[in-house]
Formats: sequence, structure tokens, C-alpha cells
Amino acid sequence: MKNLNSVFAAYLIGWGVFFVFYLTIAKRTAKLRAELERLKSYLPRAK
Amino acid sequence: MTKRIILGGAAILLVIASAYAAFFIAPEERTMGLIQRIFYFHVSSAWAGFTAFFLCFIGNLLYVWKRDQKYDWLAVSGAEVGLAFTTVVLITGPIWAHPVWGIWWTWDARLTSTFVLWLLYVSYLLLRSLVDEPDRRALLSSLFGIFAFLDVPLVFGAIRWWRTQHPQPVIMGGQGSGLDPTMKSVFFFSALAMHVFMLFLVAERYALEKMQTETDFLVREVEA
Repeated sequence: MKNLNSVFAAYLIGWGVFFVFYLTIAKRTAKLRAELERLKSYLPRAK
Repeated sequence: MTKRIILGGAAILLVIASAYAAFFIAPEERTMGLIQRIFYFHVSSAWAGFTAFFLCFIGNLLYVWKRDQKYDWLAVSGAEVGLAFTTVVLITGPIWAHPVWGIWWTWDARLTSTFVLWLLYVSYLLLRSLVDEPDRRALLSSLFGIFAFLDVPLVFGAIRWWRTQHPQPVIMGGQGSGLDPTMKSVFFFSALAMHVFMLFLVAERYALEKMQTETDFLVREVEA
């Protein structure tokens, strides 16, 4: 099983990059959704 | 939302199946052995990255032509996702190269043009972060994005046009190149899985950009 560590590292780091990238999208989406709800609730009161 | 969940579920199932195929169905390569199994992840990520940059390019062209914000959303989504895939290519490549070449990196045409591609799309995203006015940001980044895409055919052709340390193409490489039929099937399945996963990420990123525009609009409404 020569180079098993390298193969394991390549797949683990690669999927780690995708996971972190997806996490940043999900985090930004959740933050924006909360902001959007806050703004929508504020608008009728402003009028 | 439901479509994105279905796409996400399909992407997860496909990438799990493609990893299984890469490790348990594809035969072991005679010269490199186990390390060659990185090929299925490395090359399919590169192809999916190219497609994401192509989506960015199409978005850029359509924005310049029609000046509709939805094309700018597509462009920035393609750029960010393509950058994530190219980052994976730039990480998995040296991990594969080290045991095979004895070095992590060399400045040959393929590796250098790929690194330049990565830098170009980092610059594209940096440029967007520097311009506040939405229409100006979309136009400037579209023009830069069209220029940045010129590097994609250069990366693709680098191993065909110049002598490189990077291996010559085994897919679409012309006479003398080729892959074992099982390896080829596993590779195309991996490429399909990575493309579905890439489309899922683009859809998620597009929805985020759309929501950002709605939020900006509401902020202006509230402030007015």
C-alpha cells in the first residue's frame, strides 16, 4: 500500500476545501436571510 | 429551493459513488500504482473548474450585452466556484507529483498557466470587492472576466503545445494517448459527478448573490 497516505491526504484536503467553501456560502446565506427578515419587518412600520 | 436540495442530494450520491469507483472499480496503474488514483479527483476537478469559469465567461459576455444583473450573479458564482475547484487542483497536483516526480512543483507551462488562472480569478473577486456601485462593479468585472477566461484554453493546450513535466494528455490527446477502458469509464463518471457537484455549488452561490441584491434594495428603501 505504497503512497496510501498521499492518496488519503489528497482526497481529505480536497474535500476539506469544498466543505469549507460550502460552509462559507451557507453561513453568508443564513446571515443575509436574517438581515432580509429584519428589513422586511422594519419596512411596514417605517411606512 | 427544492430543486437545489435535489441537486445537492444527487451531487452527494454521485461523488460518493465516484470515490468508490476510483478506489474499488478502476484497476491499479502499472507504473505509478495507488497514487494514480488521485487522477480521478484531480482531473475531474480541473474539468469542472473549467466549466465553472466558462459559466462565468458566458455571464460576463451576457452582462456586457444585456446589462441584466442576473448575468452578473451567474458570473460571480462561476468565478468563485471555479476558484474553489482550481484550488483543489493546485493542492492535489503537488501531492500526486511528489512521489512520482520527486518534486512538489515546477514552473512548466501547464502548472504555471494553472497558477496564473487561479491568480486571475482571485483578482476578479478582489476587483469586485473594491467597487461599491453595483452597475460599475458588474461592468468592470465583466470586462476583466472576459480577459481572464483567455487563460483557460491556454491551460488546456499547454500540455499539447509545449514540452512539460506535467504528463501529456490521456483524454483527447490524439494518437498514442489513451486509457484502459475501465479507467476511462470511471474517469468520465467522476467528471460527471464533479460537474453535478459544481452546478449545485453554482446554484447555491447564485441564490446567495440574488439575496444580496434584494437585501441591498431593501436597505436603500429603509434608508429612503
